[in-house]
Amino acid sequence: MRELMPRWDGKLAIGVATVALITVFALVVPLLAQDPRSSANPALLPPGPGHWLGTTKLGNDVLAQLAVGTRGSLFVGVLGGLVSLVLALFFGILAGYIGGVVDEVLMLLTNINLVIPGLPLVMVIAAYVQNAPGLGSLARSSLMVALVLGVTGWAGSAVVLRAQARSLRTREYVAAARVAGEGTLRIICVEILPNLVPLIAAQLIYGVIFTVLGEAGLSYLGLGPTGSITLGTMLNDAQTGQAVGTGAWWWFVPPGTIIAALGAGLSLVNFALDEVVDPRLRQAPQAVRRQRRSRAAITREEASA
Amino acid sequence: MTPVDGVLSASHLVKTFRLRSGLRSTPVHAVKNVSFEVVRGRTVALVGESGSGKSTIARILAKLETPTSGQVLLDGVPTPTRGRALAEYRRRVQMVFQDPFASLNPFHSVAHHVERPVRIHHPELTSAQVAARVRDLLDRVQLSPADRFASRRPHELSGGQRQRVAIARALAPGAQYVVADEPVSMLDVSIRLGVLNLLADLQREQHLGVLYITHDLATARHFSDELLVMYRGDVVERGPADDVILRPQHPYTQALREAAADPERLGALRDEVRRSLRPLGQERSASA
Repeated sequence: MRELMPRWDGKLAIGVATVALITVFALVVPLLAQDPRSSANPALLPPGPGHWLGTTKLGNDVLAQLAVGTRGSLFVGVLGGLVSLVLALFFGILAGYIGGVVDEVLMLLTNINLVIPGLPLVMVIAAYVQNAPGLGSLARSSLMVALVLGVTGWAGSAVVLRAQARSLRTREYVAAARVAGEGTLRIICVEILPNLVPLIAAQLIYGVIFTVLGEAGLSYLGLGPTGSITLGTMLNDAQTGQAVGTGAWWWFVPPGTIIAALGAGLSLVNFALDEVVDPRLRQAPQAVRRQRRSRAAITREEASA
Repeated sequence: MTPVDGVLSASHLVKTFRLRSGLRSTPVHAVKNVSFEVVRGRTVALVGESGSGKSTIARILAKLETPTSGQVLLDGVPTPTRGRALAEYRRRVQMVFQDPFASLNPFHSVAHHVERPVRIHHPELTSAQVAARVRDLLDRVQLSPADRFASRRPHELSGGQRQRVAIARALAPGAQYVVADEPVSMLDVSIRLGVLNLLADLQREQHLGVLYITHDLATARHFSDELLVMYRGDVVERGPADDVILRPQHPYTQALREAAADPERLGALRDEVRRSLRPLGQERSASA
């Protein structure tokens, strides 16, 4: 069990702390701050008492918008990450475990998905579903944005999971389970999946990062959800409200910072998980240090000689 | 007892693998036309070097590989490839793998490994009955107190203990035949005998038919009734274990026997070396 847990070190601590802080901020602050859509405040106030992060051109409180926007982005990110993980598990594990023709077909689909440029595809699909009749209020909701990003972002994870499933498939304990009489589905779910937990967690985090950034990109282009506030829609508002031109830095710097911090924090957690998947990565820093020390020793010797 | 009752037999087994490198594919003849019978209550040893095709035969009998041609018969009936009949075959024919560090899932407890085959093949048992059976199986492979071992995970066990778990798992469905693929080759020399004796005891108690695959002639002779020597996919020699070992006919068997550590011969060698050294030493002392 212990070898499945990441080792507690500086990288992981900073990553977990950043992500936890942002999550708490997104969950707690919306309850305390004013209505993010209230335009009763003076427009374009710089940060100060009363409005810690100032106000927007429409008189919205930036702190309130930031908190609700972070919550919206996290919702889209986690949902999109989960959707892409489910698809990656289906394509990757099935292809890797069953092999043969199934592998060929599933990997063909995965590779097609992989070579299509991501953002343009997302833009086309997003623009299409938003104008599709019959979807009603769902069409421009954050739920739909999460689905679109999830459906386009699973291919990379599927390739990684397939490789690992192929390797686990040849383990003797899988053969032993077959001899014991276990069925294919149970072998995948009970014998193989638990040993993939660190890898699956890493792929989920990768999916969340991809979706958060993708949502920010889509929203900035005006293809994001219309009903809800996210970090991306804030940036879009700041852009259309000419925040840069008028010097209203407090309008676009906070959402940008949160997106960057969230991406960095999740990536740091992922590095720690990568070390669980490939323990050799743990030795890399020590190896570098050893090399550096011995090189320094050689230079010293040469200098004294 | 009719002649075909209680027999697991391999009939003209052939297995050819295709090694693909680029566009070319070369056939590898792992097993060429091998036939033998394992009768309940007796042990057949299959001896040969690495790559001689022994493990392929084990995997064919355990239904992990399908033979290129030939078939496996249980009580004279060709073995099924799927469905209920395959489950029934698996209930009766089980396998112990070579590497106890690889054949147990690191994620699951000892209880899981032994309990699953019981549940699969005896769905009518209640949870309490299954638990009792698991305890009984662990006791039988001398992992006691069973309750303390049941909750452990493979990495908390020694190699010998792991292999005992693997044996308990093989017995769990109520197996009548056990294919043991080099069951002790990955274990420490000091505990090999314990595991082999356990297998032999269980075989006597439960009237098992055992196919003991090994490259160790000494244990093959000691633990088996019949012995088959495999070389490059062919059975080159077979017969009662003592005959094959004491009066080997095929040059390969003779070479195997020569290569095996023989205490008497080692002693003789040592004497020879000593004799040839003594005059040297005497000469030196004389000249000094």
